[in-house]
Amino acid sequence: MSQPDTNNSKAPVVNKRISDPQSVQVLLIGLTYLFFIGFIFLPLGLVFTQAFQKGWSFYLESIREPYAIEAVKLTLLTVAIVVPINAVFGVSAAWAITKFNFKGKTALKSLLDLPFAVSPVIAGLIFVLLVGSRTPFGSWLGEHGIKIIFSTPGIIIATIFVTFPFIARELIPLMEAQGRDEEEAALTLGARGWQIFGKITLPNIRWGLLYGMILCGARSIGEFGAVSVVSGHIRGQTNTIPLHVEILYSEYNFTASFAVASLLVFLALLTVVIKNGMEKHFHKNSLHL
Amino acid sequence: MNFNGLKNITLAASLILASGISGTIAVAGGSATLLNVSYDPTRELYQSENTAFVQYWQKTSGQTVVINQSHGGSGKQARAVIDGLEADVVTLALAYDIDAIADSKLLDINWQKRLASNSTPYTSTIVFVVRKGNPKQVKNWDDLIKPGISVITPNPKTSGGARWNYLAAWGYKQKQTGSAEQAKTFIKALYKNVPVLDTGARGSTLSFAQRGLGDVLIAWENEAHLILKEFGSDKYEIISPSVSILAEPPVAVVDKNVEKHGTRKLAEAYLNFLYTPQAQDIIAQNYYRPRNPAALKKYSANFPQIKLFTLGEVFGNWRTAQKAHFNDGGVFDQIYTP
Amino acid sequence: MALFQAKRRNILPGFGLSMGYTVFYLSAIVIVPLSMIFINTIPMGWEPFLNAVTAPRVLASYRLSFSTAFFAALFDGFAGLLTAWVLVRYRFPGKDFLDALVDLPFALPTAVAGICFATLYSPIGWLGQLLSHWNLQIINSPTGIVIALVFIGFPFVVRTIQPVLEEAEQEIEEAAHCLGATRWQTFRKILLPHLFPALLTGVTLAFARGIGEYGSVIFIAGNLPMKTEIAPLMIMSKLDQFDYAGASAVALVLLCISFSMLLLLNAVQEWQQKEYRS
Repeated sequence: MSQPDTNNSKAPVVNKRISDPQSVQVLLIGLTYLFFIGFIFLPLGLVFTQAFQKGWSFYLESIREPYAIEAVKLTLLTVAIVVPINAVFGVSAAWAITKFNFKGKTALKSLLDLPFAVSPVIAGLIFVLLVGSRTPFGSWLGEHGIKIIFSTPGIIIATIFVTFPFIARELIPLMEAQGRDEEEAALTLGARGWQIFGKITLPNIRWGLLYGMILCGARSIGEFGAVSVVSGHIRGQTNTIPLHVEILYSEYNFTASFAVASLLVFLALLTVVIKNGMEKHFHKNSLHL
Repeated sequence: MNFNGLKNITLAASLILASGISGTIAVAGGSATLLNVSYDPTRELYQSENTAFVQYWQKTSGQTVVINQSHGGSGKQARAVIDGLEADVVTLALAYDIDAIADSKLLDINWQKRLASNSTPYTSTIVFVVRKGNPKQVKNWDDLIKPGISVITPNPKTSGGARWNYLAAWGYKQKQTGSAEQAKTFIKALYKNVPVLDTGARGSTLSFAQRGLGDVLIAWENEAHLILKEFGSDKYEIISPSVSILAEPPVAVVDKNVEKHGTRKLAEAYLNFLYTPQAQDIIAQNYYRPRNPAALKKYSANFPQIKLFTLGEVFGNWRTAQKAHFNDGGVFDQIYTP
Repeated sequence: MALFQAKRRNILPGFGLSMGYTVFYLSAIVIVPLSMIFINTIPMGWEPFLNAVTAPRVLASYRLSFSTAFFAALFDGFAGLLTAWVLVRYRFPGKDFLDALVDLPFALPTAVAGICFATLYSPIGWLGQLLSHWNLQIINSPTGIVIALVFIGFPFVVRTIQPVLEEAEQEIEEAAHCLGATRWQTFRKILLPHLFPALLTGVTLAFARGIGEYGSVIFIAGNLPMKTEIAPLMIMSKLDQFDYAGASAVALVLLCISFSMLLLLNAVQEWQQKEYRS
């Protein structure tokens, strides 16, 4: 492990000593743009043209309407709870999986992936089957006045389930590629567990962690299927932004619906702005390994 | 390296958290509340009805009441109530869905006898929407099975409205020919002309009106009027078939929940209110057929004479109709079996 | 518990803590709730279970869901690798903007995405009008499903490759270059094997996600029995008959197939990594 790089100015320069020929670069960039136009820009363009169809004032009105604000609050609350919880889990799972050899690793990894493979419809359903009032556990909760399903806790739990693997899944390939030499070296030099983690592992995995948290956040903002099953759709109470969008759309209130949907686009962009900000911050302060 | 950035984010997150919680409390506090769990097309109806009822209740009892609404596909809403969504009243698309709630012991099995007119304060029927000028000359049910006609209707497996559409078509043919076998052939030919089965009635409307699919949309009468209002009466017109079904979307108080909340009186008053002349007028304004003859007469221009048959006449009751036609292995599955 | 027991070669600390926490959390959030699906099918009995999950319509829906998810994931593999490469290695106008938009498919509710694509490809939509010149119909066909799934799965691939590519040391490439390897050889022999686990992970995740996707697909699929009905829709329609057991049965089969695929792909990945290391 190297000493902190005192020459800060050198750190942010990603070396470009070898690179692809200009023609290849142009071709690949062109292809990427083509894909983005077809799959990202067009839907996005549709969202925004619809959102602003009736002008700015209507747009502002749609997103300032009380039900919309309640939906935004609920969504942000969900994200604020879900992302940290899943981040702690993700780091712990990635540590266990990549730093040790044990039996059943492949099975464990596959179990981690499972929530991705579970249809959002089923993801909602299983919590209904688990804590819905038809079940013994659910009726016990009901008798004690604890509401999980069709209220905020249910929405949060369903979101945790759906976004559960993101961070772990982001970290595992990264930590596998990095190996464990650095941590093992630190151990022989007498560092203790948390020290190793804080000083070596965490700096090494920060990109993966950040990407994972962004994905997790983005997906929690946008989750529709599972949340729709456990929410109960009570206006102003258990509607997240995506559910509110759907309600407006079903009311033929297209412009307002897309206006609120555009908020989600902005939220997604915001997470990336945060990421870029932190990226610059890290580059300034980081050790150059 | 340092984690100042993270600290700030955590701070922001906890602020958001705090504001979120206080927001929830503000909403929950206050006066008596009632939760009405309903199906999709009634959003506009209950928006007006709730405003009227809140005023009415304030005047008669002095109590302020907040009515929360939940809308979704009828079957899904029924399931949510069964699984613990604490609805005080349910106002769904078909009796079968409330029967299912009754089966799970949340309300009396004979709920439909408790209120007047089969517990349905309003009715509707099934009509066609075509593009302006009716280019394909669709006049009646038989035109729907002509080759080259593309019909839009939702999936009866997932949509209550779609089941009414299906039963209307079936009933028309069975009444015309007196034969269930011919009705089945007719239904099979009809669904051959259906290019897309959306999961809900509103989905079908959007396929037809927003995406330009199909020549005819089979829809609730009230939805048909709403389409003209929302998408332009210069683009679409309503065609009423000679015969159709009397669709009866029922309402009921959910006994177990009102007892838990202590809202029985309020819930019953709410449903009874729907039968008052004032509420019946609102019902007619929203293009549902009111039970009250005076309201029906006042808005008769909106409700052309169609020979309406009831579900009971042709199919017995909802449970048998559901089992024979829409459950797995039923007629609807058979017509798609190669 | 014999499973998840550490082998002797481990020297780093924290196995007990991290593994214990992982297993606990995994059980509470994933395994216990998912077992409800299994528990709910038990009262069915074997015969009705088999009948429910092997009905022709259900089988057709499995086929459709798996094949469309497969093609979409494959496409995402190429598009994702390309995008990650371009974003990490090149500088060009609009780069940050593209980078930011990669996550859009996650943040945009699936229903909105479905509506957007259905509108774009409808006969009166921007793309649908264009395609109708060649008599191509995307909406209400398996192709439409693939398009929706490509959109849904795209971020998985980009975001799993990106961090690995960012951490990859270019010195090795330079060394290869010095040794006379062409750019393409370097990419194939050095970079691709290095990126392959991440690529495979991304593609697998996109695939797994595609199998279960509901919200965006139902708007564009057409949902015709035997033709364009996806497996999650079969679950939905069983639920709407209040047939919880039947719905759980279909869900269970779907889950088992997906899980064995994940298991297989993870095993392949493990094996491939060992090859790569040695």
